[in-house]
Amino acid sequence: MTDEMMEPSKQERHSNDPAEPGPVTVVGREPLAPNLQLLTIRAPVVASRIQPGQFVIVRADEYGERIPLTVADWNRGKGAVSCVFMQVGTSTYKLGKLKAGDVLPTFVGPLGKPLELDRWGTVVVAGGCYGIGSIYPVARALKEKGNRVISLIEGRSKFLLYWLDRLEAVSDRVLVSTRDRSMGNSVDGPNALKDLLGSGERIDRVIAIGCTFMMYLMAEATRPFAVKTIVSLNPIMIDGTGMCGACRVSVAGETKFACVDGPDFDGHQVDWGLLLARRKAYLGPETDSGER
Amino acid sequence: MSKKQIIPKKTPMPEQPAAERIKNYDEVPYGYTPEQAMAEAKRCIECGRPLCVDGCPVNINIPAFLKLAAAGDFRGAINLIKETNALPAVSGRVCPQEEQCEAKCALSKRYESVAIGRLERFVADWEASQGSPPLPELPPPTGKKIAVVGSGPAGITVAADLVKMGHHVTIFEALHEAGGVLVYGIPEFRLPKAIVRREVEYVCRLGVKLVKDFVVGAAETVDELLEGYDAVFLGTGAGLPWFLNVPGENLNGVYSANEYLTRANLMKAYRFPEYDTPIVRGKRVATIGGGNVAVDSARTALRLGAEESIIVYRRSREEMPARKEEIHHAEQEGIRFELLTSPVAFHGDSNGWVREIECIRNELGEPDASGRRRPVPIKDSNFRIPVDVVVLAIGQSPNPLIAKTTPALKTGKDGVVIVDNETMKTSKKGVFAGGDVATGGATVILAMGQGKKAAKAIDEYLKTGQW
Repeated sequence: MTDEMMEPSKQERHSNDPAEPGPVTVVGREPLAPNLQLLTIRAPVVASRIQPGQFVIVRADEYGERIPLTVADWNRGKGAVSCVFMQVGTSTYKLGKLKAGDVLPTFVGPLGKPLELDRWGTVVVAGGCYGIGSIYPVARALKEKGNRVISLIEGRSKFLLYWLDRLEAVSDRVLVSTRDRSMGNSVDGPNALKDLLGSGERIDRVIAIGCTFMMYLMAEATRPFAVKTIVSLNPIMIDGTGMCGACRVSVAGETKFACVDGPDFDGHQVDWGLLLARRKAYLGPETDSGER
Repeated sequence: MSKKQIIPKKTPMPEQPAAERIKNYDEVPYGYTPEQAMAEAKRCIECGRPLCVDGCPVNINIPAFLKLAAAGDFRGAINLIKETNALPAVSGRVCPQEEQCEAKCALSKRYESVAIGRLERFVADWEASQGSPPLPELPPPTGKKIAVVGSGPAGITVAADLVKMGHHVTIFEALHEAGGVLVYGIPEFRLPKAIVRREVEYVCRLGVKLVKDFVVGAAETVDELLEGYDAVFLGTGAGLPWFLNVPGENLNGVYSANEYLTRANLMKAYRFPEYDTPIVRGKRVATIGGGNVAVDSARTALRLGAEESIIVYRRSREEMPARKEEIHHAEQEGIRFELLTSPVAFHGDSNGWVREIECIRNELGEPDASGRRRPVPIKDSNFRIPVDVVVLAIGQSPNPLIAKTTPALKTGKDGVVIVDNETMKTSKKGVFAGGDVATGGATVILAMGQGKKAAKAIDEYLKTGQW
């Protein structure tokens, strides 16, 4: 997909009459790494309006759960949106079976607040797992704002990484860490970040997207250096519009709904223990559902 | 008063026995047979001053529809109701008739009132059993476009009325199924979803365009909608759940009623794993609150397999805002009531799951702003209830998404959109609102009544251009 400008123009929005959105269809699906898939969807309403940091809610079929996915790229002209997802349960397993031409019953968005973007100086965008895809439009937008962008990606091994070339195109520097040291020098992203901060390099902001534990470790890595760290929280959601409160998180001691107050929050203020516990709420049923 | 013979009691409503129905999700009352309906309609004594009509928020001509039903002219009866009520199969089931039309029935002073609600339901179901209702002839198109935001009772009503006036109407719905609270909130056993689908299909057949999975306030603001539409109606309901703000409220197993009911109803978690959405099937479930939403949640918990389902309410039974009939159904089903009781904290286990509610007992003090006696905590009366699921059904207010993105839209307490009560006009030109978004949380019938008023005022505004 080609890179597109970040701000949708009014004309673009209205070239897609909201009353005539047409079916949301799968353009294509490809594996990026074991368990990680890239899904491209024709969804003009979302494509013409999405901003970095926002997400969509998807249902794979008429029996499906509503699950949130971050967006990895979009093409406003073609009305297409791409998401990277990890196959971990019933819903993502179903998404991993979709093929070109399939119609998705629900693909609603953009949801959540756009990520705050400004010219801060040097910004580290850290991604792991599906987040490697999600940081790509963030890095691109930050670069366009005139920041020096350092992309930091991590995985257990080299074969779990993807989109290095894309990130290189929108970053001043790309740092890689793998636990087996098959690529890069550090054993994991948080340690790579610590090394970078400890080297005396001035970092003005860190943005981390990935699994909950990775974002927690990234926030802990930057805490001693007092570098503002924004994380994109991924609690369980249903409607994505602030109606159910399933996604409540505690930030600076206050309950917030990740779907409408976020998904981006200050990682140093998040109650990570609560978030980790709440994300496990349906592990039992999820296993039952997968085994049926 | 007429000399008609008085039959003191209502024709009983056949219903599923409690022991059986708590094991399924099917509707509780079966509905009248035509013979039962005619017999019940004949109980109307045709009093000289039919106050029942005043008791109805949409002023259905009740004595006239009863007379037609009594004569077996069910078509005539339903057509008459539909002149003022777009969703009779819904309101016949969920209206609090005992506080409205039936409370004003002349019989009700000494005997049981005519079962107006059951008869409304009967003629609506009878019509549906006769196949798709014929479509009315529509006037020529006016060329005016209206965006209706939300497909609940207010939105469906306003859309149906406006399309019948020749306007072009598009409904935008945030969820993947139309019906608003009728599909995500009210359970199948109280309002079968097939009925809601039937009503939505009818307005679509009339020519209303329905766009699902579209969040106004996120994908498009109201100001942006006004670039393409001549008027906007906000019927977005009261979708923001309230929490108690007490310790432990974010433990796993503590649900807002919105989440609990949405999982069960909209997402069909009661049919998990056929449907993918899970729900915690607690053995001991406590629902906090005393309204219809609380009773719906507690009864849903039973059907999901709870051995004990408890309603914890801070005042006494007399102050419970839920419909008496639903409280009665809940009692029949074995729901336990912990009255004059308020939660002060939730206690969990080491994995972050709720295990106990810490409560305090109350006594009733002076009446508060609502006119009901205020609960006053009794010092040192704390005790604990063991639970594995808690449902908070303590109220809700309008979702702030639209108000936040529409600067000129004035809101009042709890984010309720301020409207003119006659025209449903908001503070923003071209924008009307009705239903729970404008009341903060009322009944389905009131939402429909406001939808009716709004449709009239929108038509007027589009004709004259005058605000």
